[in-house]
Amino acid sequence: MAKKVLMKGNEAIGEAAIHAGCQCFFGYPITPQTEIAAYMARRMPQVGRVFLQAESEVAAINMVYGAAGAGVRVMTSSSSPGISLKSEGISYIAGAELPCVIVNIVRGGPGLGGIQPAQSDYFQATKGGGHGDYRMVVYAPSSVQELVDLVQEAFDVADQYRNPVMIMGDGMLGQMMEPVEFKERQTTRNLPEKTWAANGLRGRKIHNVINSLYLKPEELEAHNKKLQQKYAEIEKNEVKYELYNLENEVDIVIVSYGTLARICKNAIKMLEKEGIKVGLIRPITLWPYPKKAFDEVMDKVKLGFISIEMNEGQMVEDVKLSVNGRKPVFFYGRSGGMVPTPAEIVNKIKEIVGGAK
Amino acid sequence: MSRIRVFTGHFGSGKTEIAINYALKLNEEGKKVAIADLDIVNPYFCTRDKTEFLESRGIKVISTPKELSNAELGTVPLNTLMVFNDKSYDVVLDVGGDDQGAVALGQFNKYFKEEDYDMYFVINTTRPFTMDADGIIQYINDIQKASRLKVKYLVNNTNLSYETTVDMILEGQKIVEEVSNRLNIPIAFTAVREDLVDELKTKFDGNVFPIKIFMLPPWRQSME
Repeated sequence: MAKKVLMKGNEAIGEAAIHAGCQCFFGYPITPQTEIAAYMARRMPQVGRVFLQAESEVAAINMVYGAAGAGVRVMTSSSSPGISLKSEGISYIAGAELPCVIVNIVRGGPGLGGIQPAQSDYFQATKGGGHGDYRMVVYAPSSVQELVDLVQEAFDVADQYRNPVMIMGDGMLGQMMEPVEFKERQTTRNLPEKTWAANGLRGRKIHNVINSLYLKPEELEAHNKKLQQKYAEIEKNEVKYELYNLENEVDIVIVSYGTLARICKNAIKMLEKEGIKVGLIRPITLWPYPKKAFDEVMDKVKLGFISIEMNEGQMVEDVKLSVNGRKPVFFYGRSGGMVPTPAEIVNKIKEIVGGAK
Repeated sequence: MSRIRVFTGHFGSGKTEIAINYALKLNEEGKKVAIADLDIVNPYFCTRDKTEFLESRGIKVISTPKELSNAELGTVPLNTLMVFNDKSYDVVLDVGGDDQGAVALGQFNKYFKEEDYDMYFVINTTRPFTMDADGIIQYINDIQKASRLKVKYLVNNTNLSYETTVDMILEGQKIVEEVSNRLNIPIAFTAVREDLVDELKTKFDGNVFPIKIFMLPPWRQSME
């Protein structure tokens, strides 16, 4: 077993990427993720790999596009407004079917917003962000260890499906320090060789070309259909979630992700003492969304579901689609960098449960 | 012992926890205490987050005004000068991480020349870049250069957050002792979370400084 170290979430992202074989990192500073770039600036040259601080987020994502096209493992990171700038590039990468990992350590928005923790980029991450019919796997870890494990997984998933993968955490996850272990891991996935990479002829007769331009509508539609098939495959295989306190019947189920799910777990323990039984569905993949978790627990739920978020209710739509009218769906959220306390969550749930009884 | 104590270290070494606990200790000894948050590096988990609590104990907190604390100005508060001018205060300076953070001290150089100071270097050997003496010495050199000040004492603050064990602290102690011998800088104390003090004292007879943890994420704060 490797020795545990104490790391900031942001540093751990960098080290996890290095362990996963990330060859290039292109970034640009923005709070609360700047330590990722700072860590990579120090570590990448030590291991003989590439760190480059780009002149802008737009430049960084296009460097990712190039490196991914050449077939190497590559990562970039930013925070909310920076991800908006990268969104055009992310769409190109998805269109050209290139694997890469993009980290978003979210701050409050819209606009320039603020630097305190938020989950206000749920729509941007799961519903597109960039233009066109594309999808991107989005992981939402809730601890620094899970962050490390998912960064490593993200590189494998990206390579397997030739698709961008996003790691999304709030500023708390990026800034807090927790013990972590970097396990020697071997992928269990059968990763395809990158025969498509534009890395020279290497005995081939024709150059590989990386492209997302299709001038004939018939060809573009066929390409889009092919992408959709791939996304269906990802939805079938890559859903991840955690069920907590859902072994028996409960009054209500909280749906919450990231570090906020840990605050919700505290609230659940406090409510338990007052005789109110609450379960938790914690989506680990925000796309593909864990719809099947709702089917799994539906019979155990008396009152309904409550989506608890650090935004104004962006995940509620996915919760409603998953519940599909079978139970009521409630919402509680804080935004702008305000983090709900366990007591606030307890009060909200007592209000719902009390009103229903 | 000087009136002015400066806490520096690699970021994540636990400077802020030590600085707050040290200010509280001086306060309990009946001294008139000021703590200055000179962290221009970290956006979260800073002394300024505990202003209300510290002021309720009668400790003067010098920090960026609350309405600007998220503005990332990268500047030190103007009234920091107070700590040099008003000599009735016992002072704790919490300096941001690494040499980048220590640059903030350079501007006060003329005051440090006029009045003696005690600079502490806080060490956590579970942090990836300060796991051995060589790594630690490099940080000490960088910080001394950036701050234009000399480290006078070392602090062993080896911890793995909520997974800290006494054996881990003792392992860290050996490394800090090596640094101490090589640089000829004494170890001021070994910081340890209050609940581990008794166990540590059965295995260690050095100077122990019990600390409370203040920088906690919301799910680890008391649930009132």
